[in-house]
Amino acid sequence: MLEETISLRYKIAGGDFSNAGYASSQIKKRLQKLNIHQKLIKKIVIALYEAEINVVAHAYNAVIIVNIDNDKICVNIKDNGPGIPDINQAMEKGYSTASSKIREMGFGAGMGLSNIKKNSDKLEIRSKVNEGTEINIINYRIYPRNENN
Amino acid sequence: MKIIDLVNKLGLEILSGNNGLDRTVSGGYTSDLLSDVIANAEANNIWITLQTHKNVMAIASLKDLSAVILINDNKPEEDTREQSNSEGIPILGTKEKAFEISAKIYELLNNNSKVNL
Amino acid sequence: MEINEVVNILNANIVCGATYLDKDVEFGFASDLMSDVLTLDAENILLITGLSNMQTVRTVEMSDIYIVILARGKKASKEMIELANESGMMIIECEYSMFKTAGLLYEAGLKAVY
Repeated sequence: MLEETISLRYKIAGGDFSNAGYASSQIKKRLQKLNIHQKLIKKIVIALYEAEINVVAHAYNAVIIVNIDNDKICVNIKDNGPGIPDINQAMEKGYSTASSKIREMGFGAGMGLSNIKKNSDKLEIRSKVNEGTEINIINYRIYPRNENN
Repeated sequence: MKIIDLVNKLGLEILSGNNGLDRTVSGGYTSDLLSDVIANAEANNIWITLQTHKNVMAIASLKDLSAVILINDNKPEEDTREQSNSEGIPILGTKEKAFEISAKIYELLNNNSKVNL
Repeated sequence: MEINEVVNILNANIVCGATYLDKDVEFGFASDLMSDVLTLDAENILLITGLSNMQTVRTVEMSDIYIVILARGKKASKEMIELANESGMMIIECEYSMFKTAGLLYEAGLKAVY
């Protein structure tokens, strides 16, 4: 079987709320063109959008790389930013370090990371305070066939 | 209509501030944006929101709101709960979402005012 | 219920997406927080919100929602309308509060998301 990976790459700027979501929107369109199942696209795009908003709200800038394989789609977001001191705490619903300006924009309710988790088959978060955060969101396209099933 | 009436009619959970259950409700306000509530909510409104932090109580007190309803089974943070108890402004809970709980309260308050005419 | 009916009940102003007027919508959801909207997993929903900014339009684009009601007398900006048109969405402006909007639509038969 021919294996190929399609790779998409976007740069995003922190603090740019009016353009936030542009990368996610472009990626959504590309995924639609690749005939990926609509439900899967929705999962990926919601996780991606929440991650994009996190960068805009908290980081200086970031690079998004989306790798589309035959069996899975990986979204990798690596930012330069303050980092997350306590990842477990950050994952708690309702926990937020957002400024009041961000809350008034409709974000910062502390649901971003849990929305990302809810929409990923596998989620990896690595972070270093004063350096930045890297998130890997993996969603499988076809569940691997198990001989025992 | 009093807070306790709404609690009974809608099966709301009393999360804190039970000393304020006989407050009167006149109108409802549904919003998750604090600056909006500060600008537009009216005294004796019941405020429907998903926000759980301390600012919620500060605003409820500032605006003389009769109570706060947290949707989606959200629970208030500890200091929010404490302030609710000391101010006597109840925090109520519901599993329902903003759309339907707002609508049900709207209906109850409207019917109530019709009956009073 | 038909979108036409929604517009009439709310005395609303259609900003864009008038092609949706004769379409049906089944459920209503009210929120100012976009992360809250992103937790939705249903179809045929209209969103009622008092948050009027670009992220409102982006959020509904990501969530496959096509009808947005801006309550509290909020207006859509030119950029929002452009983006809404690109994504094929409908934006309606309404003077009523979110509370009243929810009340009127629920009364008229719009269901809650479960």
